[in-house]
Amino acid sequence: MNEVVLVAGMAAVTFAVRYPVLALLGKIELPPLATRALRYVPPAVLAAISLTAVLYPDGARLHLGFDNAYLGAGIIAALVSWRTRSLLITIGAGMAAFFLWRWLLGG
Amino acid sequence: MPERSTRRAEFLAGFRDTLPLELGGIPFGIIFGAIAVNSGLSPAATMGMSLFVFAGSSQFIGAGLVGQGVAIPFIILTTFVVNLRHALYSATLSLHMRHLPQRWLVPLGFWLTDESFAIVIRRYTQPDDSPHKHWYFLGSALFMYVNWNVCTLIGLIAGQVIPNAQDWGFEFAMVATFIGLTVPMLKDRPMVIAALVGGVAAVLANGLPNKLGLMLGALVGVAAGMIAEAVFKPTPAVVVNEETST
Repeated sequence: MNEVVLVAGMAAVTFAVRYPVLALLGKIELPPLATRALRYVPPAVLAAISLTAVLYPDGARLHLGFDNAYLGAGIIAALVSWRTRSLLITIGAGMAAFFLWRWLLGG
Repeated sequence: MPERSTRRAEFLAGFRDTLPLELGGIPFGIIFGAIAVNSGLSPAATMGMSLFVFAGSSQFIGAGLVGQGVAIPFIILTTFVVNLRHALYSATLSLHMRHLPQRWLVPLGFWLTDESFAIVIRRYTQPDDSPHKHWYFLGSALFMYVNWNVCTLIGLIAGQVIPNAQDWGFEFAMVATFIGLTVPMLKDRPMVIAALVGGVAAVLANGLPNKLGLMLGALVGVAAGMIAEAVFKPTPAVVVNEETST
């Protein structure tokens, strides 16, 4: 019973974040400044997700150094992406680099 | 890309372009299913989260809080805050989805995730004027949704069998996915600066609770991009021209 409340509540607030902005902003004409600002949302938010993921592998502790396989493999993935522009090759190379890095660290 | 101009072709292209993302999505979903049942959620509630909430990181946090015995209203509030960045995605996508009726906006809004946003905004910012780009969104989102739920199911069944699935390292696939989606977006200096400043700000703000650091990083990055744009490209007219030609 409590779980029904939990799931329904989580579903409701998540939909309340996603949907209304999509529906309402589509109805009004945004000022050009806002339209231009929104162009920077994708690189800013994706870089934020990527960079925190490699620098905080456990979510809580900043981990700078060669013994951080997330960081090492992340840098390699970024270089591969820059050279190839291919998502699939980037993921493949990144995973290979990640497992190799962990293996070299003895993990 | 004229072959993308039909609805069916857009739908299939969205499906196909989402395939690489499932490399990260599959282990993510399986690990969620395994962790959720091990943290004390019933299998029904675990599936219910994937079916009705459909927001990966907040589901992980929600399951974790259930395991710690946190009160339900607080878990729901946390979910809201964790997912706040989706409002930024909605705002960005709304510019391209003005013409769509509610029967499209409601399901596509429900299916909006980090992954779908990253892949779909790439399609929307391509210069061709296909009127069916929402079919691309549908193909991508439906694939993510079905895959997420199937993998949750696999994870919750295998959860008792597979020990420590989260320590195997497959979650790096999702990190590599986000990197592979970010780097090709950095086409000019303002974009690079928005990404660098946004990334660094999010790292510095990582101590904030409930992933608010991501939200703050995004906003600071957007501001930095705007400032860089004013410095490097003084007139808005130039920006509009570049937008239509790249």
